[in-house]
Amino acid sequence: MKKNKLFENIVHGVFLILGLITVTCVLLITVYLVISGIPAIKEIGLINFLFGKKWAPTAAESQYGILPFILTSVYGTAGAIIIGVPIGFLTAVYLSKVANKKVRAVIESAVNLLAGIPSVVYGFVGMLVLVPAIRKIFDVPDGASLLAAILVLAVMILPSIIKVSITALDSVPKEYEDASLALGATPTETFFKVSVPAAKSGIATAVVLGVGRAIGEAMAVMMVAGNVANMPSLFQSVRFLTTAVASEMAYASHGSLQRQALFSIALVLFLFIMLINATLNFFLKRSKEK
Amino acid sequence: MKKFFGLLTVVVLAICMLVGCAPKETVSTDGSTSMNKVIGALGEAFEADTGITVSYNATGSGAGIQAVFEGRCDIGLSSRRLKDEEKAKGLEETILAYDGIAIIVNSENPVNGLDLETIAKIYTGEITNWKEVGGNDRQIVLIGREAGSGTRDGFESITGTEGECKYRQELTSTGDVITSVASNADAIGYASLASVKDTVKAVTVGGVVPSEETVKNGTYVVQRPFVLVTKQGVKLSESAQKFFDYVTSEAANEIISLAGVVPAN
Repeated sequence: MKKNKLFENIVHGVFLILGLITVTCVLLITVYLVISGIPAIKEIGLINFLFGKKWAPTAAESQYGILPFILTSVYGTAGAIIIGVPIGFLTAVYLSKVANKKVRAVIESAVNLLAGIPSVVYGFVGMLVLVPAIRKIFDVPDGASLLAAILVLAVMILPSIIKVSITALDSVPKEYEDASLALGATPTETFFKVSVPAAKSGIATAVVLGVGRAIGEAMAVMMVAGNVANMPSLFQSVRFLTTAVASEMAYASHGSLQRQALFSIALVLFLFIMLINATLNFFLKRSKEK
Repeated sequence: MKKFFGLLTVVVLAICMLVGCAPKETVSTDGSTSMNKVIGALGEAFEADTGITVSYNATGSGAGIQAVFEGRCDIGLSSRRLKDEEKAKGLEETILAYDGIAIIVNSENPVNGLDLETIAKIYTGEITNWKEVGGNDRQIVLIGREAGSGTRDGFESITGTEGECKYRQELTSTGDVITSVASNADAIGYASLASVKDTVKAVTVGGVVPSEETVKNGTYVVQRPFVLVTKQGVKLSESAQKFFDYVTSEAANEIISLAGVVPAN
């Protein structure tokens, strides 16, 4: 009996340590980001850093303004949501309510496949197909632009939007729909006036997840956006918060203000993502309370 | 109690790992960020052969030269030749390799040659259309590397366009630059000579075709030396001398070429 208890305790201890690993990682990253992100902000000045319009870390008179990156990230994510959400959402309605089993199985596995494609592949295809296509179609000198990034991001967020929306729509009680149909509503009216409102919070979660995915993406965006620190404009080459960190980190020398400023950008991005997570939790909680 | 022992084991293991990393013999190098790749490759090969670790501190050519002068490192790395006043202070240069930078355009582009001044004008935005340099009536698309990249630093310092280039795209690897130039008929870019493939066209600069030979004999001007800096009269430590001999020997040439530069010895 005593031996049994000892074993229980050991197992308990092991699980505790394993659980602590995750917590420690989160804490370490947060603390590290804050510690390494603050000095540059102090040196540059918070206002100059967040609202400065020019980023030129290696110029003779270096300037560290990240407003172009922030706006690009916001515009890029918003663009991806505007394009991705209607497509993803309507796909989910179709799959959950209209499509027959076979069609649904085929499309769902395609969606899963899309979710599994590594982002560098999205970037590569974007670079070789999308960028030249934009250049030809819109007759601009170069296709690497905010538009290219938005299109790539829109495709990348589709799987999470579709999957979460389907789950939400599937869990709408069938009685609601039956009641609506029995009252003489057409199937389409039923879907949009009964099922969708009932699945509202689940769909909101899907959108927030999409935002999180889009704002955190670096690799694919880096390959199609052109990466010049311009103020965002649809056909201009732009740089996102993520790509600003990723593209210069490799060469920024240790201890330089440039490197410290990159950590500060990461900190800003981290705060953005925390905010999104908080929103996500808010929606999830609300949907549970219902 | 059990929890305590579990934690203790983790801590002990972690300490063992740190101890395992403790340095044995090392050679310290300090300087040019552009030499990251070549010194990294040479250091790895040297460590595999001799077990001596090579540390590399990327601070920039000027800082590296200063570090040797003050005796803070064994070998300084500089991506420019020493100035006369630096030599007068008793510093010595040994050229390790030449970094040739090819100016590349799309293979459909009718322009075959440019000169250094024109290239500078193109990159600073003074010339914006290919027809001004004998090409089609199309806007020039400038493709370059990210701030801090050795190739960008080399290109801008040779053409005298530091911080003034009006890039349309700043890409993070040589491969991406080549792919972008290959897929845009109006693009111009620069890349390490060794990595340029047939998918793009390397233009002649002042009439000289870029090649290993023209880089080595100095007729191709978009190039710079990678220099090892040592101090006259100060004897290198045994392991540093070994490293110095190794990198300047013929055996190191293959590694140097693989790192994308032209070996000097």
